Amino acid sequence: MSDHHSHEEPVGITSPYAARIRAIEALLLEKGILTEPEVQDSISYMEARSPANGAKLVARAWVDPDFKALLLSDGKAAASELGMAPEHPAELIVVENTPEVHNLIVCTLCSCYPRAILGRPPDWYKSFEYRSRAVKEPRAVIREFGFEPPEGGEVIVHDSTADVRYMVLPMRPTDTEDLSEEELAELVTRDSLVGVNVPRAPSRTGHG
Amino acid sequence: MTFEPGARVRVLPSEKPGHVRTPAYLKGKVGWVESLIGEFPNPEELAYGHSGLPERPLYKVGFRQTDLWQDYIGPAEDFLYADIYEHWLEPERGTT
Repeated sequence: MSDHHSHEEPVGITSPYAARIRAIEALLLEKGILTEPEVQDSISYMEARSPANGAKLVARAWVDPDFKALLLSDGKAAASELGMAPEHPAELIVVENTPEVHNLIVCTLCSCYPRAILGRPPDWYKSFEYRSRAVKEPRAVIREFGFEPPEGGEVIVHDSTADVRYMVLPMRPTDTEDLSEEELAELVTRDSLVGVNVPRAPSRTGHG
Repeated sequence: MTFEPGARVRVLPSEKPGHVRTPAYLKGKVGWVESLIGEFPNPEELAYGHSGLPERPLYKVGFRQTDLWQDYIGPAEDFLYADIYEHWLEPERGTT
């Protein structure tokens, strides 16, 4: 492994894609199109983002109706209010699950995902199988992730085809009246923010 | 051509090559304009190093799943939204 890469290479992984990316990166640096600090900044930017950000937004929306209204009307403003800096040219639209409506997010053309909030998408989100099946048989896909969409309700698919990134505001699980905002956030999974599943049920410790 | 929310539209069945943000499974399909999202530089120009200007209106367009897939498994109320640029839409005047 060459010693001029200050970011870590996964040990034992030598895929042709990784080699190609390294070669492109080296060329961009050599030609002065990018500098090493810019590459590092970009890596730091992405690593500072994770589904925990989405969980914080959701938990706040569950406990604060005004914040929920802001999140649904202006996702970027809501993220900024919680100290996240969603600086990205794409819009952020948050869609609300209700007893009647379950939302599912996909990008059939590539892998558009609210990275400015949630970081990198999971590998399955980028897979050909998910991208093609989510639009055509969303109920089967959701079922395979472990959630049965309610009878009589609608399933709405959002295909992120252009300049908007989507995130789901899932429904607050039942029996969570006593939980703090931080405890609520721990119930919010990445999968529930994409709509392939719903948040975890609260643990029942201390209750018969 | 500007579309109001509720307008029935058809996605152009164009085979334009290159970087387009209109998925093949929606080409020729009829739906409705849900809302105007905003105006953005044209991605079909941006992708090749051009400015993408003037900006193009981008609409959220809704489609009934049963209009997209003949063998769709689910209720007739299930639908799909996609974000489609105005230059990929034409008014649909046919009867429902």
